[in-house]
Amino acid sequence: MRVALFVPCYVDQFYPKAAIATLELLEKLGCEVHYPKNQTCCGQPMANSGYEHLTGGCNNLFVDNFAGYDYIVCPSGSCTLHIKEHLHADGKEEQATEIRKKVYELTEFLVDILRVKQLSASFPYRVGLHQSCHGLRGLRIAQMSELVAEPFSKPAQLLDMVNGLELVPLSRQDDCCGFGGTFCVVEEAVSAKMGKDRVADHVSHGAQYITSADLSCLMHLEGILRRQNSDVKVIHVAEILNHSMQ
Amino acid sequence: MSTTTTKDHPHLAADFNRDEPRVNWHDETLWWVRAKRDIAAHKLPEWELLRETASQIKFNVLSNLSTYLEQFEANATKNGIIVHWAADAAEHNQIVHSLLEQRGITKMVKSKSMLTEECHLNDYLKDHGIDVIDSDLGERIVQLANEPPSHIVLPCIHKKKEEIGDIFHEHLGSAKGESDPKILTETARQHLREVFLTRRAALTGVNFAVAETGEFVICTNEGNADMGAHLAEIHIASMGIEKLIPERKHLGVFLRLLTRSATGQPITTYSSHFSKPQDGSEIHIIIVDNGRSIQLGREEFRNSLKCIRCGACMNTCPVYRKSGGHSYHTAVAGPIGSILAPNLDMKKYADLPFASTLCGSCSNVCPVKIDIHDQLYKWRQVIVKEGYSPKAKTMAMKAMALTLASPTLYRMGGKTGRLVFKYAPFAVNNKLNPWYNQREMPKAPDESFGEWYAKRKGAKNS
Ligand code: SF4
Repeated sequence: MRVALFVPCYVDQFYPKAAIATLELLEKLGCEVHYPKNQTCCGQPMANSGYEHLTGGCNNLFVDNFAGYDYIVCPSGSCTLHIKEHLHADGKEEQATEIRKKVYELTEFLVDILRVKQLSASFPYRVGLHQSCHGLRGLRIAQMSELVAEPFSKPAQLLDMVNGLELVPLSRQDDCCGFGGTFCVVEEAVSAKMGKDRVADHVSHGAQYITSADLSCLMHLEGILRRQNSDVKVIHVAEILNHSMQ
Repeated sequence: MSTTTTKDHPHLAADFNRDEPRVNWHDETLWWVRAKRDIAAHKLPEWELLRETASQIKFNVLSNLSTYLEQFEANATKNGIIVHWAADAAEHNQIVHSLLEQRGITKMVKSKSMLTEECHLNDYLKDHGIDVIDSDLGERIVQLANEPPSHIVLPCIHKKKEEIGDIFHEHLGSAKGESDPKILTETARQHLREVFLTRRAALTGVNFAVAETGEFVICTNEGNADMGAHLAEIHIASMGIEKLIPERKHLGVFLRLLTRSATGQPITTYSSHFSKPQDGSEIHIIIVDNGRSIQLGREEFRNSLKCIRCGACMNTCPVYRKSGGHSYHTAVAGPIGSILAPNLDMKKYADLPFASTLCGSCSNVCPVKIDIHDQLYKWRQVIVKEGYSPKAKTMAMKAMALTLASPTLYRMGGKTGRLVFKYAPFAVNNKLNPWYNQREMPKAPDESFGEWYAKRKGAKNS
């Protein structure tokens, strides 16, 4: 199974540890992982700001980097969703279509494709799971509370396999954290308030760590936690799943 | 972000956020309503099927709108209802005024109608010497406070009971400092009873108009629409062209969805059917377009006309909850307002499609399954293409697109650090970095993943 690793720009620049954990985890689980080195960004920051028409260059580059693999795996629900919904490229539409079908967020890849049933990870802490909206409602890696339907959560299913980890309950299980791409600066006041409230929900339930399948949300929540001088840390779900695995 | 002189959503929301306890209270109050909606919805195993059915019925209506409108007009006329057509807000207001003027009526009682808010009817009538009293309790409160409603179902949800006590003390003579909801409600009841008994004209909204029968249905929890309409000699009903449903049997679908979505009640307290005037009185219905046919013509945004105005998308929206209804500076606030308003005036409301994180909760709570968050995304593209985006933002986006399209530039940009943040602060013309105002910046690691990988022993770069 030839798997291409897509590391979004901000993960590459700010959170390399999460990408390293993703790579190691996939390799331990038997994947042949390739990292196309000329990759940059999925184009979402422009597209969500109304500049989808400027993403042609990014899209072309993405297709050149990622065409031809069995799967493309990404440790970010948001970027995965953007590729799934919006990747098109002039003259390369066939490859773009293939990529849209083959791109997976990490936890959905582990659950749906690799069908991971057990992990040897251990992480003896109380952890709050932040369900990122793009993962949750966009990719459906978990059930959203608005729908009248059976609950499930792929990240929670995996975290349950981790030794010693205790998932803390939340008062609002899937309220948005307020990051929202450029929303976080355009609407600074509301964005920060939303983030503070998300953090407070986790903290009040005794979380020592906040985890998520999306680092963009975690970057925002981390900024708030650090401003509050909180001991609570953020950690990408890949880092937990890869933690002290034999 | 908007180029208009009035304050835009980010600024109005920032104003609202100056009083954090108030934001908490607003947020919790609306979340409580959302939680009630969840309980009500989860009691019906067929909920998702109901939503799908409602969505399809509305799809049929929008696809055959002219047919259903003509059918409705013919049947309503047969019933003795007088039908008027208004192309826009001005025409609607003139029709109302002329109906009153012809009869020498200078005082009218009104029940809740977001369409008349959209048309600014109260202001228009006031300028023409007509006194209008809103009879929905929440609407009456905001009317006395000289404010527009902040929510389409809960018009004064932004006001605390102490503030309502002050307003009633000033305008209705209740005791100073009185904030007991029971006593305040009784004060309003006495005041409104007098209004109902003496007003010769009543205006109501319309929740559903049935093409098959020519009747229309108004849903209220206070019975105030009936109270006004039953005693008045002329009942004027204002409806948008999209309020139609084909047959009476479809009502069951919508009545089951409407109040569960709105407040978590199984059904509205009063679902009043009006099919023909009583002896000695008249019913007039004004069917209003006011931009709706333009929206109907915009294929990507057409679905927004399915809206039954339940307000569920507002209650669930974290941005609405934490920025307050008035920050949307339009009659219909929240996610649905943000996709309706740009149709009416793209320049004035260029900020609204950006007042969202695109979390998608609105689309999934919506009882008629409007793809609200996808439309927000699409409006952003339209607004930028039409040139209603700040120049600085466009320049930053162009630079960012260029950098991200080139691996070399990207790697260089990454080295100089913080690529994302380098381009992020464009949004407000402000020397300060808006991220840093309430958040720490992420710590830049020594090397990027790409750099680590290049050094990794045995790495085969593909
Ligand atoms: S868009 Fe949907 S959820 Fe929002 S008010 Fe309309 S019907 Fe209700």
